[in-house]
Amino acid sequence: MTSPAIERLVGHLGKLPGLGPRSARRAALHLLERRESHLEPLLSALRTAAESVRPCTTCGNLDAQDPCAICADPERDRTAICVVEQIADLWALERTLMFRGRYHVLGGLLSALDGIGPEDLAIAGLVARAGAPEVSEIILATSATVDGQTTAHYLTDRLAESGVAISRLAHGLPVGGELDYLDDGTLGTALKARQRLL
Amino acid sequence: MEWSDTGIVLSARRHGENAAVVSLLTEHHGRHAGLVHGARGRRGRGLYQPGNTLTARWQARLAEHLGRYTCELVRARASLLLDDPPRLAALAAVCALTEATLPERLPYPQVYGATGRLLDTLEASERWAEAVVRWEFALLAELGFGLDLSACAATGAVEDLAYVSPRSGRAVSQEAAGPYAEKLLPLPSFLARPEDTAAAAAADIVAGLRLTGWFFEKHVFAGQGGRMPAARERFIDRIQASTKPLPAAPIVQDP
Repeated sequence: MTSPAIERLVGHLGKLPGLGPRSARRAALHLLERRESHLEPLLSALRTAAESVRPCTTCGNLDAQDPCAICADPERDRTAICVVEQIADLWALERTLMFRGRYHVLGGLLSALDGIGPEDLAIAGLVARAGAPEVSEIILATSATVDGQTTAHYLTDRLAESGVAISRLAHGLPVGGELDYLDDGTLGTALKARQRLL
Repeated sequence: MEWSDTGIVLSARRHGENAAVVSLLTEHHGRHAGLVHGARGRRGRGLYQPGNTLTARWQARLAEHLGRYTCELVRARASLLLDDPPRLAALAAVCALTEATLPERLPYPQVYGATGRLLDTLEASERWAEAVVRWEFALLAELGFGLDLSACAATGAVEDLAYVSPRSGRAVSQEAAGPYAEKLLPLPSFLARPEDTAAAAAADIVAGLRLTGWFFEKHVFAGQGGRMPAARERFIDRIQASTKPLPAAPIVQDP
């Protein structure tokens, strides 16, 4: 038998992504056995994050400052905006160190099934940002899924009047992908988007 | 309980972190859902896209359980349409409408066959938009609300059919419509004269979709708030947009 306090902790930990009831129990035990080295610092970090981290009113990224560090960075390219579905996608693109522009987080994708329409996404803010004179390109980095590309096509229509260049991420072979192991859809898309070498 | 069948993916609704409740339009078991573990993983996400054809094995302890699917890809259609906005919108609309209208676990082999043929047409034919309207007519008929476009409801004439009665779903000729024309639904020419070989204009396609939409809302969605799936509304918007040119945007060249 464990105390209600521990059960409550396990219950909350078990709701986190990647953690089930068993792993939540192990994490709770780990924290409680290492109160000073793990539990107290975690508590402090959680409190600080809860108090200070907010969505950026410009792009929707999470940060302790508003505008976020990316939007406020004068070194970043102000001519390009990369549109992503969610913050995790923004972080994934930042890990590549390949894009030095700014971002816009939509907060989801158009989905008839889930009842998500254009008014549920941060599209009005994107259209307003695309109208800024310094912006010359919008990169649509939505998923290569029916919902992702439906959203991309919708955004292309909405942004058409802004006159900025609109591009999307390439579809096709992943780096390290062997043809024999790829699904037909990926292979077909790669064939359609083949590039001339000579 | 266990069966195997071929099915077309209609939707994949997220369930937990990596699983999804996948709805398939199967040949012999109708619209049937099942849980797929790993459907949102790296391999599964491409597989469970609307429009893809799969072989599915469904297993459950009892027939009334949700059950689990194990699937293999037969034909990847969605990925081939990703770069074609109107066809992709049509694919999404067809899958959403099928999902919203067909009852679960009742076999509709005619709808399955017609949907498969429509998806083939979406990939390969220039006359795909007409095929979508005809498919909706067939779906209405399978659901028991078929329209009668064979002759004028008032005069029995088979020529010059131009409208459909919103009440009876029967065709009305131009002459018989007279002063009531405004209260009738326009019948696009490619439906009134199927023998015509000319491709339908975008306005005719929209008229055809409005016509079927009226009867879907009246007969099928009346008990669900009368709302058609948003994907279908976006499809109509896209067809309508194709009648007016968009302002040209500069094309991005490779860096």
